Amino acid sequence: MYMAFGDREVLHGLSCDFPRGKISVILGGSGSGKTTVLRLIGGLIHPRRGEIFVAGQDVSGLWGADLDEVRHKLGMMFQGGALLDSMTVFDNLAFPLREHTRMSESEIAEEVHRQLAAVNLTNVDNLLPGQLSGGMVKRAALARAIITKPEILLCDEPFSGLDPITVKRIEALLGRINRQLDITMLVSSHHIRSTMRMADHVVLLHKEGAVTGSPSELQQSANPWVASFFNEELDESVESPDDPHPMLRQQAVP
Amino acid sequence: MALIRDLGFAAAVFVDQLGKMAVFAGQILRAVVTPPPRLREFVQEIFKLGVLSLVIICVSGLAVGMVLGLQGYNTLVRFGAEQSLGAVVGLSLLRELGPVLTGLLTTGRAGSATTAEIGTMVATEQLDGLRMMSINPIHWVVTPKALAMIFVMPLLSALFIVCGFGGGYFAGVTIMGVDGGAYVSSLQNAVVFSDDVVGSLLKALVFGVLVGLISTYRGYTCAPTSAGVSSATTSTVVIGSVAILIFDYFITALWGV
Repeated sequence: MYMAFGDREVLHGLSCDFPRGKISVILGGSGSGKTTVLRLIGGLIHPRRGEIFVAGQDVSGLWGADLDEVRHKLGMMFQGGALLDSMTVFDNLAFPLREHTRMSESEIAEEVHRQLAAVNLTNVDNLLPGQLSGGMVKRAALARAIITKPEILLCDEPFSGLDPITVKRIEALLGRINRQLDITMLVSSHHIRSTMRMADHVVLLHKEGAVTGSPSELQQSANPWVASFFNEELDESVESPDDPHPMLRQQAVP
Repeated sequence: MALIRDLGFAAAVFVDQLGKMAVFAGQILRAVVTPPPRLREFVQEIFKLGVLSLVIICVSGLAVGMVLGLQGYNTLVRFGAEQSLGAVVGLSLLRELGPVLTGLLTTGRAGSATTAEIGTMVATEQLDGLRMMSINPIHWVVTPKALAMIFVMPLLSALFIVCGFGGGYFAGVTIMGVDGGAYVSSLQNAVVFSDDVVGSLLKALVFGVLVGLISTYRGYTCAPTSAGVSSATTSTVVIGSVAILIFDYFITALWGV
């Protein structure tokens, strides 16, 4: 697959697949095209060349109702949540059910509360997205993404902008949803520690394509570029709750 | 040479934008006839675009009517024709000032708000979120706003004109001492319903189509950044206002309204 925005080429001959029912993490530096891959899979943008198969169907040339048909199999959790800011949290979750199902209001309310409980959100029905914390927005967005029971869940940078404890909570939540719903997950992230903990399969993007494998395979890779990516990113990472913040480390020195 | 090249480029961009806007208008028309009808969203937009514009429209109409009353009186009194003040105020408001000023005011208040709202939804990926839920943003977001703008513009224009009549009456009759009966009867005799009133409402309807289309298109196609939203909002006010004035000329020249 080839993708470019104007003259800037983002994906050059990318070829990879994502195993069904597993958590695949798309890893890469800033501007490597992680979000672009998810948006291509969701049909939000179309590739310059190449094919994208979602559950056996090529979405690269689909538009309108045909694309909507495929999107019924997909759920997407956006980086900023993308909750409709004019609606309460309850209505945000109820919205896709009201649009696409014949469920009664009481059934919708029951389902919304079930999904909110699944992501550990309570007493937020009447709050607007703007009244939620960053972590709560991510969880509400996750609940909305899975409420229609998609086969594939696309998560765009679910850990960005969150504190280390919330990162671990979201990470555990994604793992639990993957196991309980047997859902195929594609997670874009630059967060290596979380990737190592949660991923079954990793796609590491770079200029010439991608390196794929299990987290341990990639970490032990002989490929110098892969090794340098992991070493540099791990060295720079201060996001783990196990590591004290650099300021605290400095203060601890007598 | 560079000037010609720049002019050519600007012309190409203009035609390109015009074509894209025509396609966008086609998508809105298709959304209008595609079920389910978005009545709830349409009513909400009427409130946001129409009801929330009432104060600015009434106050502006009143002020414009008062100015017309004073200026008209000062001019007419020189020829001893101050009894025709009602006709002057009425026809000025009905044929030109009512629809045009309402269009300009609505572009500034409601058109810019529409662009900013849709643009923010673009920047925060809310429209992409709708797409991923298999909900067409043109159907759910754009069409109710565009239709509401078309619906409220003639009503706001009518309200502006009525307030203008009142302002003219206050300035001419109450302040300057023109006979009240003469004011109303000259207004009544001068206005022809089928030409002036219907023409005025049609003009406002055309301006509603223009502002509805421009404001939603600019918001929908804006760059997904805060600068992009700001730029789109500004361009809605500029393009919308200029388009209203240009179309006003052609409507007046071709239809005689």
